[in-house]
Amino acid sequence: MKRVALLGMPNTGKSTFFNRLTGAGARVGNWPGITVDLLSARILLAGQMVEVVDLPGIYNLHGFSEDEQVVRRFLETQPVNLLVLILNASQLDRQLALALQARQLGVPLLILLNMADEARKLGIAIDTDTLERMLGSPVRLMSAKFGTHHREAIQALEDALRAHPELRRADAQAFREDLHIERALDRLVSESVHTPVQIPPTVTDRLDQVMLHPWLGIPILLLILFALFQTVYGLGTPLQDGMEWLFGHLRAALLEPAVADLPRGLRSFLAEGLYDGLSTVLTFLPVIALFFLAMAIVEDSGYLARVAFLVDALMSRLGLDGRAFVMQLMGFGCNVPAIMGTRIMRSRNLRALTMLVIPFSLCSARLQVFLFITTAVFTPTVAPFVLLGLYVLSIVLAMLTALLWRGRYVSHEPLLLELPPYRLPTARFLLHESWRATLQFLRGAGGFIVLGVILVWFLTHYPFEAQPAGPATLAGRLADWLEPVFAPIGLDNLLAIALLFGFVAKEIVIGALAVIYSAGPDQLQAILASRLDSVQAMSFLLFTLIYTPCLSTIATIRQEGRDWRLTVLSVAWPLLLAWGVSFTFVQVARALGY
Amino acid sequence: MPLTLSDLPTGMPATVLALHVGMEQGRRMAGMGLRPGMHVRVIRRSPFSGPLQVRVGHTDIILRRSDASRIEVVPETRQPVQA
Ligand SMILES: Nc1nc2c(ncn2[C@@H]2O[C@H](COP(=O)(O)OP(=O)(O)OP(=O)(O)O)[C@@H](O)[C@H]2O)c(=O)[nH]1
Ligand SMILES: [Mg+2]
Repeated sequence: MKRVALLGMPNTGKSTFFNRLTGAGARVGNWPGITVDLLSARILLAGQMVEVVDLPGIYNLHGFSEDEQVVRRFLETQPVNLLVLILNASQLDRQLALALQARQLGVPLLILLNMADEARKLGIAIDTDTLERMLGSPVRLMSAKFGTHHREAIQALEDALRAHPELRRADAQAFREDLHIERALDRLVSESVHTPVQIPPTVTDRLDQVMLHPWLGIPILLLILFALFQTVYGLGTPLQDGMEWLFGHLRAALLEPAVADLPRGLRSFLAEGLYDGLSTVLTFLPVIALFFLAMAIVEDSGYLARVAFLVDALMSRLGLDGRAFVMQLMGFGCNVPAIMGTRIMRSRNLRALTMLVIPFSLCSARLQVFLFITTAVFTPTVAPFVLLGLYVLSIVLAMLTALLWRGRYVSHEPLLLELPPYRLPTARFLLHESWRATLQFLRGAGGFIVLGVILVWFLTHYPFEAQPAGPATLAGRLADWLEPVFAPIGLDNLLAIALLFGFVAKEIVIGALAVIYSAGPDQLQAILASRLDSVQAMSFLLFTLIYTPCLSTIATIRQEGRDWRLTVLSVAWPLLLAWGVSFTFVQVARALGY
Repeated sequence: MPLTLSDLPTGMPATVLALHVGMEQGRRMAGMGLRPGMHVRVIRRSPFSGPLQVRVGHTDIILRRSDASRIEVVPETRQPVQA
């Protein structure tokens, strides 16, 4: 089979082009280093199946960060028919350097100058014929985001594939030797790129006057985070209520009549196990879609790089840098890709410390638990503040953790980060991103959440003659055993079972609670409100926030960190901290008479 | 004492003279456009000794003051010209 790889500097639109070309769902965002691993898809080009590979971005052929190593290993081991080099047309003054280096790889090149729209707005004129002649490879201008000249790009791709039917491996020598290309680069740029003498201030320049203002910058950042929270909370909770209502009615109208004649055990398994467990989790679908929509807007706007600029002074005092904080923000969606995102850091210690703090980020799975419990136990006026407080606490605890462990993970990595222009996401992109998040959530709900719910049902119902979730069941006995740990932090046995399953993934917690209390989403909130006082609820929330987010996070830290001490630390430290914080909270609250 | 990027007054156009950094760092900086002969300008400085925003050619980058102090520059005497 033929193979084509997309090569280029970070943030040049490789993944955008890849998605448009193959219809695949590579993650896209206006941040250098969104793609940190290989992604491939197969399509029909020039009458043949072709494997297209989307690579992470590289600044040169000699980089040593993990994402750059991925590219290097790929090129060293996988032969290709063609390398498609994607450059940002408005930054050719530096990006053409990669074209000169890539020529040394000895593999046919097709050069696509992306973001033609931005280059045109800046008044940059590019002489593609001269570039073709000087580089000896075909060159095309296009806009992958808007699809402009996409046909011409594909045509060039097919022509190049026909011209180079044989697979070829890159010449490894190119990674070793350092070319002195400065002269050649200057000549190339001066002969092919024509720039107006004075570029007037752009929209980005004017926006940054405000967003990066010396003393307004941070307040604006806090305001933006608060607005995001308000949007997700304000729109998400009524939607979730609607889903609860819907599932409650479906249960009464369809499920109950359908299972009425089944034997008692099977009926309980289907209604109180599968249906209650899963439907409770599924009520969060709109919130999740909304949340990832908001995340996609932020990620694609270009604001994240500004955040790194704004917070670096503070983060450097914690032994981290501005990028680490951006990873924490990405972690609010899901911790796993955020941990993968640390691949752009070269210092192992900086990466390790960042990986240690990311799991404190209140991810969307924990958000589900918190939304459910806060709206159940607290009044509508208090609930959003409790949730907001948990967000703030998650950042504070991450910073505290960095402060405590920075001595062990000392790093001196220079911060060097591009500040891309602000960009507006297209509607097509936003739909695509939230659809992807929704699918992932559903896949989870269809897979491990079902398994978790079934297991919880079994534990709380076996032996079958015992009272469900009573002391005689497996769950009851397990809970007895856990009592010395959870009693001091005010949590009763049944809650401990839910937390135990939460170790695997937080999405299971609410489903598990539904099964444990044998209640659908609509009644569960009332039951929780009557069983938990606000101190217990708070303790449950604090513990859930701080302890292990999920098994995948731990697995990712293990795989990325390749250091068992870090893995152990990233499990043990949050567990200790969670218990300590909950214990202190409960004891102080009780002593104060609550 | 040569002038370094970290001392260059905000807004003053200058040319990069030399990078006093290790090889790997130098390559990475070159990848972002920061190499001898390029026009640079400090756009803004973040408070509390935070990083600098620097425009080099058509790219804006951020870097810390300690790293900027390893980059030697000469102010441009001619009329400010943006590359
Ligand atoms: N204006 C404009 N923006 C584009 C174009 N193509 C991509 N973008 C935007 O550029 C940003 C980066 O796009 P990606 O596709 O993630 O870039 P990438 O090269 O895969 O980046 P890394 O994976 O980080 O190396 C996103 O905000 C895209 O929406 C284009 O043709 N014009
Ligand atoms: Mg990408």
